[in-house]
Amino acid sequence: MVTGIGVVAPGGIGTKQYWELLTAGRTATRTISQFDASAFRSRVAAECDFDPVASGLSQREIRAWDRTTQFAVVAAREALADSGVLGVSDPYRTGVMVGTACGMTQSLDHEYAVVSDEGKKWHVDDAHGSPYLYDYFAPSSMAAELAWIVDAQGPVGVVSTGCTSGIDVLGHAADLVADGTADVMLSGASDAAISPITVACFDAIRATTPRNDDPGTASRPFDRTRNGFALGEGTAILVLEEYGHARRRGAHVYAEISGHATRANAYSMTGLRADGRELAEAITTALDRARVNPGDLDYINAHGSSTKQNDLHETMAYKRSLGEHAYATPISSIKSMIGHSLGAICSLEVAASVLAIEHGVIPPTANLHEPDPDCDLDYVPVTAREQRCDTVLSVASGFGGFQSAIVLTAPERAAA
Amino acid sequence: MASFGIKELVDVLRESAGEDEDINLEGDILDIDFESLGYDSLALFNTIRWVERDLGIALSDEAISVTGTPRALLDEINRAAAQAA
Amino acid sequence: MSVNRRDGASAPVVTGVGVVSPNGIGVEAYWKAVLAGSSGIGEISRFDTDGYASGIGGEIKGFDPAEHLPSRLVPQTDRMTRLALVAAEQTLADADLDPRSLPDFAVGVVTAASAGGMEFGQREMEALWSKGGAYVSSYQAFAWFYPVNTGQISIRHGMRGASSAVVTEQAGGLDAVAKAGRHIDQGTPHMLAGGVDSALCPWGWLCMSRSGRLSTVADPDRAYLPFDTDASGHVPGEGGALLVLEDPEAAERRGARKRYGAVVGHASTFDPRPGSGREPGLRRAIEAALDQARVGAGDIDVVFADASGVPDLDRQEAEALAAVFGPRGVPVTAPKSMTGRLLAGGASLDLATALLALRDEVVPPTVNVTSPAYGDLIDLVLDQPRECSLTYALVVARGYGGFNSVMVVRR
Repeated sequence: MVTGIGVVAPGGIGTKQYWELLTAGRTATRTISQFDASAFRSRVAAECDFDPVASGLSQREIRAWDRTTQFAVVAAREALADSGVLGVSDPYRTGVMVGTACGMTQSLDHEYAVVSDEGKKWHVDDAHGSPYLYDYFAPSSMAAELAWIVDAQGPVGVVSTGCTSGIDVLGHAADLVADGTADVMLSGASDAAISPITVACFDAIRATTPRNDDPGTASRPFDRTRNGFALGEGTAILVLEEYGHARRRGAHVYAEISGHATRANAYSMTGLRADGRELAEAITTALDRARVNPGDLDYINAHGSSTKQNDLHETMAYKRSLGEHAYATPISSIKSMIGHSLGAICSLEVAASVLAIEHGVIPPTANLHEPDPDCDLDYVPVTAREQRCDTVLSVASGFGGFQSAIVLTAPERAAA
Repeated sequence: MASFGIKELVDVLRESAGEDEDINLEGDILDIDFESLGYDSLALFNTIRWVERDLGIALSDEAISVTGTPRALLDEINRAAAQAA
Repeated sequence: MSVNRRDGASAPVVTGVGVVSPNGIGVEAYWKAVLAGSSGIGEISRFDTDGYASGIGGEIKGFDPAEHLPSRLVPQTDRMTRLALVAAEQTLADADLDPRSLPDFAVGVVTAASAGGMEFGQREMEALWSKGGAYVSSYQAFAWFYPVNTGQISIRHGMRGASSAVVTEQAGGLDAVAKAGRHIDQGTPHMLAGGVDSALCPWGWLCMSRSGRLSTVADPDRAYLPFDTDASGHVPGEGGALLVLEDPEAAERRGARKRYGAVVGHASTFDPRPGSGREPGLRRAIEAALDQARVGAGDIDVVFADASGVPDLDRQEAEALAAVFGPRGVPVTAPKSMTGRLLAGGASLDLATALLALRDEVVPPTVNVTSPAYGDLIDLVLDQPRECSLTYALVVARGYGGFNSVMVVRR
């Protein structure tokens, strides 16, 4: 059961602002401001206006933690306050599973430049470099920080599967609750990798959009004119709680994670097979595990990255797994508004799916004005749609060939 | 500028992306598509970055296709190089 | 923590093992070296360690990727991925498992990572900062990232089932195997799992030195002395092990020939915040793993220790083992004294070693320890292998930050 939500996202810190942005259909993509990106092909990103002091972090925390960890801690605190579970759960039966695609890339990039004298020295200089380098090296440090906040002494770790991390980690955390290993899991994903090395990586494979002259409309999922994804950053952390545990303490239950699955395409580290078979298989398996039929779906929160390849692949996967229901189910990509924050994005998408269930509103696909004729499903263009959502599917697809799907259902279903 | 031919292209492919042990790049490969030659889009991206840097040119996304052939790519490269010169 | 379904009958079986290690590439070469007490620890040769506080490590010497891998894979992989691909090929061959001959989605892979491909990453960041973004390889986007070994193994061998990657610093090698066990429960009957890691480049070395746990002793035979009065930290190494885990019925069905053992219990716990004065989570993890295996402490025949080499952590581990098994209640060993600590690869190598020990009923030795510090608490097997009847082994792995992972395997 999801009993708490915390979000750091482009366009707003906190769940309330996040949901306002999404339902208003506003975009948060802009020209990169975190460093001078003028030499790069893609100079657009969805950045968080994050003030660590205003978000309650201490000077020591700001100095020691990478931005990714800072986001995660702020979102975790919001989720814990929202759920009211802090101090209530048994530490031995409380755990943390956090996802990330890029870990502490921003700090590593910066620190590398310092110790190598901007790439001049292979033999990097031991006299310089942060005392926290090892925490940046192994991203398990982020899981440890979250564990200390909630006093988790049960299972703690990082699941990292590139751009599907946010679904895979929540699925794993839900498994740990379902099989009785833990009563409470703090789980979600965080990425803040808007940094020269990241931008250079995606430039090199032309995955990010070069639409630098109009950053606000740079991310155009399912649109004929889409030409790459807009890099993003952010975090969503959820509190997952065993049903009886939540009910006994009278917690508000937002939704249930009722099924998830992941498959590999065994095809390419970055490419997708056109037929969408593996993603379709993940969707079918997740629905089976959730005991949900394709016709039960009220909404699909899409991967919709705005690359030529992905949006077609995904559309094929929906048709393959859902049949005629693919045409009847509203589908939207919030990456149109908050960009693609790599591992974190699908936890933000799960948070949005949970909020869609809570509020009965489907966020739109912004910037979708010229539908791609090959993407011929209902992508909820431009304007949010009020509609009861009891059963929501969220999917992701990423580097390494990972294809993942997760099903969220309204709490009444679980009670029934 | 000396023209950029198949020999130069094969050298860059080998250096930046390796080669499939079952395929003879010394043979007549001008009209065989890159996929059949054992190269995926990543290999082409890496190869083309080398060429772009060395020749000071920029190729369009459309020029980079695994279903394209070395002949078509060389035409694009030499056309771009002629314009840049 | 927990007890889910894994009782004896349906516990996943290990049907194949592959090892790449500083003291041997290949299971039998490694095992022979371990039983001979032959160490792979020496002075770092791949880069100049002048100017760094330590210069001792466990390198895999004489590994030429071109001899082992297709040329298409070499430019796109970090050293740790090349080593992992070699280990995966060995492991599948040992298990006689060809994923392409099995139904779609029947085989998955879970690997453990620590930092991703550091050496590749250093080279690309050097290109970026010294020459510019246009010089960054198109392979950098994934060669550096944590699940790269999972992805490359999956692609090379056509494994399309449920797959993942985990990071719990040095506890990851066991956590990956445990997660693979969950994937088996959820319907992917054949899994490849474990960790193979390396960060032996100047940038990785500098980062690792900031853990404060590297030994600064310059003598390769004296630098890493777990449970010794002269313990001074550890030395890093590279390599690891992968295992094929299968649902026992599925293994039977496809006619798998080998059974190294069964993974019967696992638990992960986390330590309370440092300085809190509360007991570390290790003892609980050991007890929960025993519970899940449905065995008592008295059933365990050998313990493969985490063997930190940091005196405080060694003491914690010795105390936890004595609390569960009784003082000197079970033979304890640390063959990683011959390889160094292999980041995300070490724990799965210990697991593989434990299975080999069960197979041959011999406990491999801990080397170089001349002055055991906790002789009253643990019976450390020193210098020579010890032959004895072995049915159950328990493997301990701990990760920087407070991660504890414990696994029980049965012959």
